[in-house]
Amino acid sequence: MRAMTYRGPYKLRVEEKDKPRIEHPNDAIVKVQLAAICGSDLHLYHGLMPDTRVGHTFGHEFIGVVDEVGPTVQNLQVGDRVMVPFNIFCGSCWFCARGLFSNCHNVNPNATAVGGIYGYSHTTGGYDGGQAEYVRVPFADVGPVKIPDWMHDEDAVLLTDAAATGYFGAQLGEIAEGDTVVVLGAGPVGLIAAQSSWLMGAGRVIVIDHLPERLEKARTMAHAETLDYDEYDDIVVEMKKQTDFLGADVVIEAVGAEADGNFLQHVAGAKLKLQGGSPVALNWAIDGVRKGGTVSVVGAYGPIPNAVKFGDALNKGLTLRMNQTPVKRQWPRMFEHVRNGHLTPRAMVTHRFPLEDISEAYHVFSAKLDGCIKPLIVPGAS
Amino acid sequence: MTEQDIPSAYVRDKRTPPPSREELRARIPGWGADLDPADRPSYPKLQYPADAGAHWDFPDRQPGSQGRERSIEHAFVTPAFGTAQPLHGLSGAIRRFAYQRFSEGRNAHWLLLIVGDRVDAWGAHLRSFATLHPDNPVTETGVLSEFTASGTERSGRSDRRHQVIDPLLVAGPWVAGAGAAFLGVRRAVRAVRG
Repeated sequence: MRAMTYRGPYKLRVEEKDKPRIEHPNDAIVKVQLAAICGSDLHLYHGLMPDTRVGHTFGHEFIGVVDEVGPTVQNLQVGDRVMVPFNIFCGSCWFCARGLFSNCHNVNPNATAVGGIYGYSHTTGGYDGGQAEYVRVPFADVGPVKIPDWMHDEDAVLLTDAAATGYFGAQLGEIAEGDTVVVLGAGPVGLIAAQSSWLMGAGRVIVIDHLPERLEKARTMAHAETLDYDEYDDIVVEMKKQTDFLGADVVIEAVGAEADGNFLQHVAGAKLKLQGGSPVALNWAIDGVRKGGTVSVVGAYGPIPNAVKFGDALNKGLTLRMNQTPVKRQWPRMFEHVRNGHLTPRAMVTHRFPLEDISEAYHVFSAKLDGCIKPLIVPGAS
Repeated sequence: MTEQDIPSAYVRDKRTPPPSREELRARIPGWGADLDPADRPSYPKLQYPADAGAHWDFPDRQPGSQGRERSIEHAFVTPAFGTAQPLHGLSGAIRRFAYQRFSEGRNAHWLLLIVGDRVDAWGAHLRSFATLHPDNPVTETGVLSEFTASGTERSGRSDRRHQVIDPLLVAGPWVAGAGAAFLGVRRAVRAVRG
């Protein structure tokens, strides 16, 4: 089969690999119809995630058709069209039994601090991902869901991670009616977090980024006020001014480990790998939220330490809430929101690349060329 | 500054109340649909028992776990695991040492894995030159999209602040490798010539 393969930092290609096979009795093999590149894939692409092996196939956002099932699979049949949460989870461990599907203890032998994720290095279990023609889906009775007839494929693929993570980020903020919510990052996760903040009763939503097309999308799609941090000498001071010197009630950090906005932090973390990434946005969140407020972190960080201003978080009495999203837990309610138009994931899609052009897709997305907000990958397209 | 101008942070209540429910509902599709925390799927954080569709108490064990690297914070290799890219060669030895010797709580664990990644990448690059499909830094970096996706003329691109350092980071190791190869060959030629 054709599959994207990692060749080292900033380098990847499409090559022939063996088609995946059933390795566990509850596995399924899914023929991928549509995949996406996630902003967190860029951390792998840039060499930030430990134990990212040459030959690895990325991709944790994908939908497809069941091609083969293992002997114990009861809930899926060959031919079913399915959307697959980015989490791999067993459904029965201590953590899954309590709804922490993203923290499953039975799927990732390489680490206990993170669950299993498709195509996200061996630190998350060593599973090849969905930027390929076929993918192995463990615990097929637990993770995948048949795509409802009414759902658009592009909504379905975005619900497997980016949209679900934005919605989850707003929940972690514990938004109360009338709260002022600041969302850091107007990428796909931040845009849905902004939309979701309204659903949870926010009185004001402000999105901060520096890319004009993303800020425009935040205004039109998420009805948010926007701030371009490039226009201010110190965006934290502006956040204070905007909130009558209180700070935001809730800040949702939807950027993660490669934040821009501070040259030294970015070069030290994202480029030279002297720390586990660039925690600029996280520090802005801690500084910009009000005392006693809540910081919700859904931007992706790896396991290597970062220079985070923890003392400020302590002294301000903040509540810090975070996790990888337990995607499937979000779906029933999110399906309602997508169906009635309250959440509009596919409005974020700007680019569709054939699998064979995936090197260009990563570069365009990484450098944010051509107004790219969300690129999809279409196996078999030319 | 008059008393009325003193910002909210210094007085009991916010000076500007939020818009009314009616105003927000008129302006924002779906405003307040999840106002009740009970409508939020991740509230409360722990939900027991959460039914995910598992029809087992403990999953079947995937065959082939013997020798599979694992975190020493795990009691055993988990019942399901990825089998992509098994450990091999020098990078595999470095990674196996990182897993066997250091827990996830030790920086050495992660830094050794990063070292293993770089050794793996360099080894793969060198091996590729002995194949019919050598690594190609032009096609594999997708850099040609700079010309097809308006990269050169785009002013708002995310990497403009650190653009200067990017070519150094991407091309630097290749230049250094070529330099080392040149010096090595020159030394070998001089040794042969006596």
